[in-house]
Amino acid sequence: MTGTFTWNLIGDLQDMWSLPFMLNAFRAGTVVALLAAPAGWFMVLRRQSFAGHTLALVGFPGAAAAVWLGLGVATGYVSFCVIAALVIAALPAGTRGGYSEQSAVIGTVQAFALASGMLFVALYKGFLNGTNALLFGSFLGITAGQVTTLAVLAAVALAVLAAVGRPLLFASIDADVAQAHGVPVRALGTVFLVLLGVAVAEVGQITGVLLVFALLVLPPATAQVLVARPVASLALSVVLALVTVWVALFVAYYSPYPIGFWLTTVAFGLYALAQAATAVRGRLAVRGRLAVAGG
Amino acid sequence: MSVVRADIRPTRRRPEPARRATVVEVERATVVEVDGATAVVGGRTVWSGVDATVAAGEFVAVLGPNGAGKSTLLKAVLGLIPVAGGAIRLLGRPPGQANHAVGYLPQRRSFDTSLRVRGVDVVRLGLDGDRWGIPLPGRRSRAAAARVRELVELVGAGRYADRPIGQLSGGEQQRLLIAQALARRPELLLLDEPLDSLDLPNQAAVAALLSRICRAEGVAAVIVAHDVNPILPYLDRVIYLGHGGAASGTPAQVINSGTLTRLYGTPVEVLSTSDGRLVVVGQPEAPAHHGGRHDRHAA
Ligand SMILES: Nc1ncnc2c1ncn2[C@@H]1O[C@H](COP(=O)(O)OP(=O)(O)O)[C@@H](O)[C@H]1O
Ligand SMILES: [Mg+2]
Repeated sequence: MTGTFTWNLIGDLQDMWSLPFMLNAFRAGTVVALLAAPAGWFMVLRRQSFAGHTLALVGFPGAAAAVWLGLGVATGYVSFCVIAALVIAALPAGTRGGYSEQSAVIGTVQAFALASGMLFVALYKGFLNGTNALLFGSFLGITAGQVTTLAVLAAVALAVLAAVGRPLLFASIDADVAQAHGVPVRALGTVFLVLLGVAVAEVGQITGVLLVFALLVLPPATAQVLVARPVASLALSVVLALVTVWVALFVAYYSPYPIGFWLTTVAFGLYALAQAATAVRGRLAVRGRLAVAGG
Repeated sequence: MSVVRADIRPTRRRPEPARRATVVEVERATVVEVDGATAVVGGRTVWSGVDATVAAGEFVAVLGPNGAGKSTLLKAVLGLIPVAGGAIRLLGRPPGQANHAVGYLPQRRSFDTSLRVRGVDVVRLGLDGDRWGIPLPGRRSRAAAARVRELVELVGAGRYADRPIGQLSGGEQQRLLIAQALARRPELLLLDEPLDSLDLPNQAAVAALLSRICRAEGVAAVIVAHDVNPILPYLDRVIYLGHGGAASGTPAQVINSGTLTRLYGTPVEVLSTSDGRLVVVGQPEAPAHHGGRHDRHAA
């Protein structure tokens, strides 16, 4: 963007927030991070990243169709993602409650989603700049109304996730025992995919459909590398997602490069740092043990 | 409001142990009753006409070749698979209605090495993982944490229970899963090949641990076993599944060369060691052909 950077960071932020579109971008980014981190945390735990990525790509024809038909972009994202989530949930489950065996079917859905997205773009002539934003993200032109929609949707999704969180954790780690304990494993799987669809639809509106993993996978994966305690790991992934969004928006404001690039770079940087820290910690522990054994 | 009514305590007496040890052992309550049951999985009859009972506190082995339907039997008892004929009663109720009183350890579960969830978390899920809502800090949460600690000590997993479960050895994971199965103070443990993938010393140690816990807590255990030797010293009863049906009896009735050779359809010898223990030799490890499905009519 255009602003002038000073080392007075608070002043810089106040500067940005005096512009309504930047204020809305920070608000929307915060809402999206709050939902993306817990949804992504369960997605990483359940090894459903491929399904998550597919849902994201389905957002593309959704948004393109909505633009073509003159409906709101958000409506297109959310409705397509939720429908796709229900379709994936309806596919016959793998033997272990996982989705690994469905990857071929899901892959087909991905390809079809991208193709029909391009079709809608072609049908709606003069949408070429928009295509870039749909694929790689944009934080320009987010209205206060959109922020409200995102917030309401995220609040509902988070409330549902909180209600089903514990049995969902059980079903994700240990489906057979969870089922024996009366947990409705299959139904929870469907509920989670729909929640993931909503989360992906929200994230996609900021990061673009190709870069949703910047917020959906990287912060939870980083948190899971650092801590093994579920509640702490969930909380940490939310913090990391918020840091990612804020730093990326801050930098993007002063830079000519798109927001999706910065989001991904910050999130990836945090992940790399976490991996390096764990490696160093592991080596120090080994050295400590050797020292103890030697002395 | 937590007034301790000390005066009530003496009247709340437990059932006299003496009454259970009367002459007729049959008086022990029945935990599982399988009555002429048939299981159909994927359109195929796995077994039919199976009768079996498990009494309170009994240590029972389920033996049989691969594919005989041992795992299916445990799932049918839990109500995870409906029976196609006959009936199964679990604690006097239809399957699926008394699972809160059962600890279940499914077959061959080792956690992915990258799974970053601690052993204690897995044990805790066995206690209250089926509850909706967020676990809020408070009295209930502290009680649950204390119970988890107690379970971890019971199975001797204190040294490694706080490490991510995916990084533990098979034996360590199995001990934690046994702790998980015991979390809700069950009356019955259903363990599907709990000794599988353990080395010999660990097999003996886990078998002894299970027997000790079951005696101490009065829990009945049904253990699917691939190799009967590690649990042989502790058994009260044996259920043999094969040839589409089942045979059950005391270890002495089933664990002898004649019966096992006939049941497995391959020569099996039962030897007696100098200290009077039995050893089964020649028990098929993984029979290439299990007649069970093909000549079902023989049973
Ligand atoms: N999900 C399933 N679909 C179809 N057949 C199954 C399924 N699970 C088990 N079976 C079949 O049921 C039979 C019994 O399986 P199982 O109970 O696992 O045997 P065991 O535990 O004795 O090795 C086997 O022939 C197996 O192939
Ligand atoms: Mg089995």
